[in-house]
Amino acid sequence: MSFWLVLTVNSVTFGGLLFLLSAGFSLIFGLMRIPNLTHGSLFMLGAYVGATFVVGLLGFQLNFWLAAVIATLTVAAAGALAERLLLRQLPGDQLAQVLVTLGLSFMAADFCLMVWGGDPLSVETPGGLGGFARFGVAVFPIYRLAIIAIAVVVALGLWLLLDRTRLGAMIRAGVDDPDMARVVGIRVSQLFTIVFALGAGLAAFAGIIGGPILSVYPGLDQDMLPLALVVVILGGSGSLLGSFVGSIIVGFIYNFGQALLPELAYFVLFMPMLLVLLLRPQGLFGRHVP
Amino acid sequence: MSARNLAIALAFLALVTLPFWMPGIYYINVGSQILFYAIFALGLNVLVGYAGLVSLGHAGLFGVAAYATGYMLQLGYGHTEAILVALVIGVASMALYAVLSLRSTGIGFIMITLALGEILWGLAYRWISLTGGDNGINVPTRPAPFGYSLTVPTTFYYVTLIIFVASVVLSAVFVNSPFGASLMGTRDQPRRMNALGYHVWMIRFYACLFSGLLTALSGILFVYYTQFISPQTLSLTSSAEVLLMVISGGPGTLLGPIVGAGLVVVVKNVVSGFIERWNFLLGAIFVAIVILMPEGLVPGTARLWRLAFRKRAKPVKTETPS
Repeated sequence: MSFWLVLTVNSVTFGGLLFLLSAGFSLIFGLMRIPNLTHGSLFMLGAYVGATFVVGLLGFQLNFWLAAVIATLTVAAAGALAERLLLRQLPGDQLAQVLVTLGLSFMAADFCLMVWGGDPLSVETPGGLGGFARFGVAVFPIYRLAIIAIAVVVALGLWLLLDRTRLGAMIRAGVDDPDMARVVGIRVSQLFTIVFALGAGLAAFAGIIGGPILSVYPGLDQDMLPLALVVVILGGSGSLLGSFVGSIIVGFIYNFGQALLPELAYFVLFMPMLLVLLLRPQGLFGRHVP
Repeated sequence: MSARNLAIALAFLALVTLPFWMPGIYYINVGSQILFYAIFALGLNVLVGYAGLVSLGHAGLFGVAAYATGYMLQLGYGHTEAILVALVIGVASMALYAVLSLRSTGIGFIMITLALGEILWGLAYRWISLTGGDNGINVPTRPAPFGYSLTVPTTFYYVTLIIFVASVVLSAVFVNSPFGASLMGTRDQPRRMNALGYHVWMIRFYACLFSGLLTALSGILFVYYTQFISPQTLSLTSSAEVLLMVISGGPGTLLGPIVGAGLVVVVKNVVSGFIERWNFLLGAIFVAIVILMPEGLVPGTARLWRLAFRKRAKPVKTETPS
């Protein structure tokens, strides 16, 4: 009984992390029409930058949350730069843009290996969240519950941003019809940079928040990118609700698959994605067929 | 004899005599690597260059053929059976890939093939009872056709060369056939081709099968070359590497992927002797080529060549219609 309960909580926690990762992926995909193959690298980069300060590799330690903010801002800036300097060189050529993100992801992976070495870094759970919560017979680590709470708060914040602000309205217009958005005077190319930075920051935030659970190691990027891809294909691109539902589904499939069918875990993970591609190519909540 | 044919004849001569003027076994082995990677790149080029379908999952197919060979040998079958089964499984996997991914083109095709490649990688990595997981499968022997043992590097090189030349000829015939023309038609004007009565999906499907055949061939050569196969071979990095070969050399040309394969293999072998940061360089070359020379090295150089040549040539007389 408790096994299933713990597995369920772990699934929801992982789903929360995946949401933080894939919300940006989904927005970038919806707006720019490209799967950003650096997204796993941004996650890893955020985790490494954050871990540097939490572990104190530079000789001083920072508070976990301060480190998380620094990691988020650094990676968001890096994402904005990559968009401005590289992707901007290839306007409208989605294929070339995908290839550039692919090349960048290799450079980022090797960069992390060069700077932080091959040994995994373990990140300590932030102070005050290290204990366990007891509900009846079941015991849960508080930090996992905290991640769920953070994901829900970020989801609400993103929803408010997209649904209630002028910037959000412009982004939605860009996702729905970029050409028409341009005609009515929205600077869509500026939105590209903003959304890219936002997505990069969210991915980095997910990386450092996930640090205490997943630890930080080379290859983290390659582990996370396919998951983001599955979430967005399941949920549909450019849809916040889609990434939320998709993340929870993938969180469950991933954890239950690992626990029950370890040999076929990857296969089980990708099957629903293939089914969705075959039966509903725009995803559960998406509006475009990629 | 035109300059182009002369160059091809010279290159062919150089390839045939390579074991005689190369200083050592190491270099002959690098030559074999270039040749079987060139076959792989030619296979991917059928899709990327001629069908306009970019696959990021081809390392999965390459690996499936290699694993099939290794597994058959592990079961105790002979080399002939192993190779035949691996070819069939390779092409059949490509057919499955095609059925799933040809629902879309462009970005959608990339994403589906990427996902399929990751599935195959995950299976190779996790399905330990079948694939040995991270330990991979060892292939202790190489075949000995007609009594020539392939354990001799020079013999292996020549067998690879024969298969390579056959693949190039086959690709040339394929591309220059009416079918090749219709394939390029589906790349440039799918709707018009459809309106003209061509079965666009079927044309693409056949192109996929041909690509799968070349990929499986190179996968089998690869597994006999390294005598070992592990999940690393199926990873996204490998798929990207072969895509880099095609794109750097020039997609949609026959020479391009071969030059690209040579470039990548040489850079990889030479550079990794000096620095560990091969992946960083791979990424940087990738980004640079996509942004600076999107048509690839071979067409790019050819264009520069023509530009330089034309300046000195006399203006061509235009025929006046009578």
